[in-house]
Formats: sequence, C-alpha cells, structure tokens
Amino acid sequence: MCGIVGLLIKKPELRESLGAWMVPMLIGMSERGPDSAGLAVFTSQLAGERRKYSLYSGQAIFDWGELIQVFRQRFGMNLTLEAQENHAVLTAEIAPAEIKAWLKQSHPTLYLLSVGRSIDLYKDTGNAAELCNRYSFQALKGTHLVGHTRMATESAVTPAHAHPFTAGEDFCLVHNGALSNHHQIRRQLEPQGIQFETDNDTEAACRFLEWRMREGDDLETALQKGFTELDGFYTFLMGTDDKLALVRDAFACKPAVVAETDDYVAIASEFRSLAHLPNIHDASIYEPVPEEIYVWKV
Amino acid sequence: MESLTESLTGLTLDLADLSLREVNQTLHQPTQNHVQILNPNGCHNLAVGLDAPITVEIDGHVGYYAAGMNQQASVTIRGNAGPGLAENMMSGRVQVKGFASVSAGASAHGGLLVIDGDASLRCGISLKGADIVVGGNVGSFSAFMAQAGRIVVCGDAGDALGDSLYEAVIYVRGQIKSLGADAQLEPMTASDYAVVTELLSKAEFDYSAQEFKRVASAKQLYHWNIDAQQDY
Repeated sequence: MCGIVGLLIKKPELRESLGAWMVPMLIGMSERGPDSAGLAVFTSQLAGERRKYSLYSGQAIFDWGELIQVFRQRFGMNLTLEAQENHAVLTAEIAPAEIKAWLKQSHPTLYLLSVGRSIDLYKDTGNAAELCNRYSFQALKGTHLVGHTRMATESAVTPAHAHPFTAGEDFCLVHNGALSNHHQIRRQLEPQGIQFETDNDTEAACRFLEWRMREGDDLETALQKGFTELDGFYTFLMGTDDKLALVRDAFACKPAVVAETDDYVAIASEFRSLAHLPNIHDASIYEPVPEEIYVWKV
Repeated sequence: MESLTESLTGLTLDLADLSLREVNQTLHQPTQNHVQILNPNGCHNLAVGLDAPITVEIDGHVGYYAAGMNQQASVTIRGNAGPGLAENMMSGRVQVKGFASVSAGASAHGGLLVIDGDASLRCGISLKGADIVVGGNVGSFSAFMAQAGRIVVCGDAGDALGDSLYEAVIYVRGQIKSLGADAQLEPMTASDYAVVTELLSKAEFDYSAQEFKRVASAKQLYHWNIDAQQDY
C-alpha cells in the first residue's frame, strides 16, 4: 500500500497556496505509507540554460556552505544554493552531464534527486509529517506537484527507494501498486545505455516512460505504450514541467479520487486527503477509470 | 460524549468532535431510532457492524468499508463511498447517493444495497444472497463468482460481467461490454420481470423491467470436464 497526492493550481494568483493546500493532503496519506515520503514541486521555468539540481546528503551533517565555495571555484560565481538540513537546490548554468560527473568524483555521498528547469524534488525515509516540517512544505509555491507516502512491499526502505522517481529532466512519477515485469523492462532498457539507480519496480516504469518520450513519443503516446508493456498493479501519477498525468491499470486495485474546481485539480488515493480543500463540496469529484489517460495542463 | 446533541428527530453525531470509535460504539448501542452523522470526510469503517433497526444518515463522502456487516439498519450516505461499501451485509439496507468505488456489496449475504450513481469494478463480487441495484454503470468483473442474490444494473456493464457465476442472477438495462467465463444471456421469464420490478421499486428507480436482460450461469464450470483440456 502507498499513498499518492497531486495538486495543480489553475489560477496564477492562488499558486502561493500550493504548499499550504498540499501539506494536509500528504499527511492524510501517512497511514497508507508510513515508511518514506517524497514530493516533487514544479515552479515557473528558469530561462535559458539555467537548471535546478535537487541534492540530498543523507543522514550525515553536510557543510553546504563549503560546497557552494567549491562549486564557485569550479563552475564560476553564477550559481545559487538553497539548503534545508540534508537537502539543497543548486541553480546554475551547468550541463547535467558535467555536474553529474563532477559530483560523482568530488562528492560521491551526495545524491542527485532531480534535474530540470522547473522541478524541485524532496524525498527521504520517515513519515510525511516529519518531511513536511523539515523541508517547510507549507511555504512551497508553484504550479503543480506530485507527492507520495510509501509502504514498501517489494524493495528496501531507503531514501533512494522512496518516490517520486525521476528520469531525464522535469519528469517524475509516483506509484501505488507493484509491477510484475520490471526486470524485463530493465533488461529492455539497459542495452540502450539507460542506467538504474535502484532495484525498485517503479524506477523501471519511470525510466521506460521517459525513454519513450526521449524517443519522440508525447506523454499520452508513451502512457498508451505503458498499458501494453507494464504488467502489474498501478496507479501512476506523473509530473512534467507543464502537466500532471494519471493512469490506473485495467484492474484498478489501487485507488484514486480526483476533485476539480475552477481553482484546482487535486488527486489523492482517498477522499480523506481532499476533504480540507477549499470549496471541496462544490468540486466535481470522480474516480478515474481504468486504462484511461488523464492529463491536466498548467 | 458531551457533543452528542439529541433532538426530537434523533441523534446527531459530528465526526469533527467525536472519534470514529465513539460514533461506531454509539451506533452499536443506539438510544434513538434515527442518527445523523456529520463530517465523515472519507473516513474508513464508518457505521460498520450495526445490528439494530435504526436509520442512519451520513452527510458526506465515506472511505473504505462503510456500513460493512450491516444487519437490520438502514444506512443512507449522502455522498460517495470508497472501496468495499456494505461488504458482507447480512440484512437491512444501504444506499449511497453518489458513486461507489470497487467491490461494493462484496460477499453480502442479505439486505439491499442501492447505488444511485456508478459502481466501480467488482461490484457484487462473491455475492452470497443480497440484492444490489445500481442506478448507473458497473465496472469490469462485476458479480465475479457471485453465489446467490440479484444484481440490477440500470446503466452499462464493463468487461467480464458475471465471470464464474454460481446461482446469482444479473439484470442489465444497458450495454454489456463482455460476459465473463460461463456467464450467458438468458430469456427473461415472468418471475424475472417480477423480481426486477420489485427491486426497482424498492430502490425507487423509474425504469420498466421490460428494458432489462438476464445474465446467469451456464453452469459449465460446475463439474470437471476432462474434454476441456483445462482450456477454460
């Protein structure tokens, strides 16, 4: 069992409320996923070649101040680092391949959670309320987000196994369910040079869909291929720089409820995570149908 | 229990003030014939295990297993229901005014379940004698392995309707996407029309029994067939 939540704010003037509306959603799904939690938030896009890199330092106390000095010596002054405990977002005009190689060599204990022009990603073991506090989720602003609470069923409880998973840039996926053919997907992708970071089934789905999009499919076409290629139980919620997308497998064992108003689209595994939202009683509330692709655009 | 407010019309229990356990315990030893429940906000296991001839009205959406194991009571949900609505009901009546998620009426032995909106997948799975009337559509695998009881679907049915049916009978007004293994369409008889008329009337749906088709078991899976070479 796991919990998923998603929120997309339609009206620009309400985007300051993204975090405040979401926190009770994520905490509301704690019982479905008490061992880990995570969140990807999408903000307005950075211009030009600037990118955001979400970094995670694990349990160790990390000297982010020293890191920014080293970064600046190596890559120049035009970068910023915003740190909160064991998490930081680096913003810089550096190519992803270059920064990945440099991090691997000089700071092998740092884990790169996400790369993109609009995505910030947080995840760790522990319960949702702890993460909400630690990373001040209440204050998050942005257009949309994807969150997850995990109850591990088929792979270890580690920060790397927590959701959301990412692949490529500005793409993430959370999963409630279990895939039965993820080893097969892995064997299909590895010869294409696609590297995996964990043995988790969800990572296979995430990398499969991102690979399809890199090969030229749009999100909807990739998801359609996912229906035939990904075997198992799933409710997937995905975020891109300007979309939220939701699909459920043909058996729809894993729940999802959508609530939509003129102000927002909110998605959760269960209604109890939506009950606090403004004007929820006037919202259009429905259960997404199996094997149908739901996409909401910012 | 100070926030229980009694009035001439019955008892009002507000989940904004009371715990779920307090509400369920009150329902298990009712002092009033009518109870209204406020602010369910999708909570699980609300109004489960009732065993008294009371009416319960729930104002809002409920989560998993609402009104499960019901006996005697009449429970109305003015909202939507999560998975396993009225599962294992023994008697009484449960009605949801909105939609019901998966496995509504699972394994129910008796009583009447009315779903005004759509029911999701596996509605009436392993039904053991209850009646279910769905105002909208039912999802795939509905009435899977249903053993006894009757299901009336006023809308359409999804894939594999009535897969591996035993003695339960399904009546469908709309389209059937596909029948499950061993389920077959059969002619409506006078007693079928009477059953559908009676159940539509109890559920207060204004359709004619003439519009319904009967689906029941072909009973080909009841006995081992060596010639089938396990090709079921």
